[in-house]
Amino acid sequence: MISSFGRSLGFIFLLLITPICQAQTTFTFTAIPDQNEAHLQERFDKVAVYLQQALDIDVRYIPVKSYAAAVTAFRNDQVQLAWFGGLSGVQARRLVPGSQAIAQGYEDQLFSSYLIAHSSTGINKSEEFPTEIAGKTFTFGSKGSTSGRLMPEYYIRQHLLAAPSKVFAKVGFSGDHSRTIALVQAGAYQVGAVNFKVWDTALAAGKIDSSKVKVIWQTPSYPDYQWTVRGDVAKRFGAGFQQRLTDALLNMSDPELLASFPRQSFIKANNALYQPILDTAVSIGLIDAQP
Amino acid sequence: MIAASKSSHRDSSAKALRNTSFWFAAVALLCLSMADLDISTPNPWGELGLMAAGALSPAVWSWPTLLTSLANTFSFALQGIALASAVGFVLALGYRFTLVRAFCAFIRSIHELFWALLFIQIAGLSSLTGLLAIAIPYAGTLAKIYGELFEEVDPSPITNLPNLSHKGSLSRFCYTVLPLAWRSMATYTSYRFECAIRSSAILGFVGLPTIGFHLETTLSEGNYSEAAAFFYALLLLIATLRFWLQKRLLPLYLISVFYYLPPQAQTSWQLVKRFISEDIVPAPLRGQANLNAESLGAFGQWCNQLWQHQIWPGLINTMLLGQIVLVFTGLLALLLFPLNSPLFFRGWRGFGDAILILLRTLPEYLLAFLGLLIFGPSMVPAILALGIHNGAIIGHLVGRHTDELTLRADVGTGLNLYFYEVLPRIYRQFLAFLFYRWEVILRETAILGILGITTLGFYIDSAFEEFRFDRALLLILASAMLNIGVDHFARWLRQRLHLKSIPESL
Repeated sequence: MISSFGRSLGFIFLLLITPICQAQTTFTFTAIPDQNEAHLQERFDKVAVYLQQALDIDVRYIPVKSYAAAVTAFRNDQVQLAWFGGLSGVQARRLVPGSQAIAQGYEDQLFSSYLIAHSSTGINKSEEFPTEIAGKTFTFGSKGSTSGRLMPEYYIRQHLLAAPSKVFAKVGFSGDHSRTIALVQAGAYQVGAVNFKVWDTALAAGKIDSSKVKVIWQTPSYPDYQWTVRGDVAKRFGAGFQQRLTDALLNMSDPELLASFPRQSFIKANNALYQPILDTAVSIGLIDAQP
Repeated sequence: MIAASKSSHRDSSAKALRNTSFWFAAVALLCLSMADLDISTPNPWGELGLMAAGALSPAVWSWPTLLTSLANTFSFALQGIALASAVGFVLALGYRFTLVRAFCAFIRSIHELFWALLFIQIAGLSSLTGLLAIAIPYAGTLAKIYGELFEEVDPSPITNLPNLSHKGSLSRFCYTVLPLAWRSMATYTSYRFECAIRSSAILGFVGLPTIGFHLETTLSEGNYSEAAAFFYALLLLIATLRFWLQKRLLPLYLISVFYYLPPQAQTSWQLVKRFISEDIVPAPLRGQANLNAESLGAFGQWCNQLWQHQIWPGLINTMLLGQIVLVFTGLLALLLFPLNSPLFFRGWRGFGDAILILLRTLPEYLLAFLGLLIFGPSMVPAILALGIHNGAIIGHLVGRHTDELTLRADVGTGLNLYFYEVLPRIYRQFLAFLFYRWEVILRETAILGILGITTLGFYIDSAFEEFRFDRALLLILASAMLNIGVDHFARWLRQRLHLKSIPESL
């Protein structure tokens, strides 16, 4: 019996120490869209095919589940290009010196979040920040989301002068914009923060019961999703690679491909555009100030 | 069955059992009074209707996706358990040393998801990450079970051997202790395999390609028909295990899963070095060549901040929730075990056990979401989610234990049978199961972020999300300390109450 243990142990160790570094000649990217995360592999494989043709190298897409996983894959060079949210992009570029934001979605120039409330709260839409949300139960989206966490929290702190955990009766993290809508619509949380595009799309698709949940406030605009590439791609894929990649992204015009993100087109971007996001993240304590 | 020679022992400790149960319930009631139990009255029927409709109309969007994720789930689980049982066995040989026990308690106190998040930093989203995330905590668990089994086997073979000078030798151990413990070890390991499949599925939540990956996506998008298909597939895998996972086919399965999903990763020593020498170094000390008073002061402040805002409130909430859930789990288990007992549901047992399998396979995340929809955000959905899941597990184990009871011919039926015959005779075993589950419950409080209950796990999750691995590590250490404490206390109770360890009965 001992020997069978020994054998399996030996077998396993053998497998573990077999060289685990694969040679990398493939250009790999990842993307977490802000909505419809279903069938990612199938949808983004088409984007990979497009890039492969435009760049004339092997391109592969790997699906990831969370912003944190996307940033880690980027940091570890498991992917060289990523479609990040505003906050995750800032985090990624801090962790990988030299990396660049090269393109953003057309819609991402003027992105915003909605605060939504259940009808039983009696809060109506206003231009002014709805201070009466204080004391209600509240849900953010995912902890690392720009539109579902960072920006809403910033404006909550600015207008109500305290951290959300002090301002609200309860604070949850639904993990996802669709969940936030479902939970506020059911009244499980009275107020929530949601990505404006996800809300508009769900509303147009008839998935929202307007008698139960409605938008009560819209944040000022901020820059959000962007393509970020590692700074060392030129070394591996040749000089001028970053420019060719940027061109390929900016020239993507097939509606089917763009629908995966979903954006109407991509436009140029740079790191400086995202300084406000970084400042906001530092101001609410999500990122340490650079020493 | 407890031997006749021990019966006097049993009489004298019946009171102790009663007292212990009383104090546990009393403490749980005290915790309840401090817990947030507000029930708001949301209007969940629309969403619940969608969920029910989805559950009744499962839809497979892509068979290859479903089958691959199922195969991955199985592969990670089997590889993980194989490695865990080998390592656990070695650790169990030294289980009498406090240090080894503390080490085992430490590695199993960290939730699979957090092990995965740690390894992702070094080995990326890879098959090696998946394997280690399961193998490490399970090695800690199996070491505990094996170790306690070795302690409790009948000592007569070893005491009857001459030449006691070689008492500690391995061959002596192999011919005396191991054969007696072997059957229980095998049964317990096979039971843990079912748990490993669930853990493997859950690993999908952080991005490994198992069922959980798709289950979480489809659930969070409200795509309930597809979610149902993935869930039923997982359920079917678990429910049919005993028919096709046979002992003599095991080597074949093992070879196939290592062939199908060889553990590998793109990694390098730089990543490991970076993780150890930068990432987990507390922020105020990072990049400091030598320590000076200023950086030490900053470090002290950093620790103090973390203690006040996260560790202390996290500890309180984790213990509060854990204690309530523990007692609720116990009550549910006592209510549910007849479903899997031949004494109560003779002809229907298969059906009864199917209900228990369903209840314990439902991810706690889903149960928590359901509870949140119905009761609003508070500790209530958390108590329900963790209680139902763990109650179904202990109910199943206790039910199986009743197989071994021999009853008198003139025994009563129904409630009389339950209260006067079965309950007193399984109670000791029931408590043993429950104490084993205690630390698992504490660990599982981590995954209820949707309810906003700030347990230690909640803060660990946030620290990973913010790439603050230094904080994550300190919080993990804090929850490990809690776990080691609970483990110590449970072990003390078990010895005081003369509770036999689990596996004997399995």
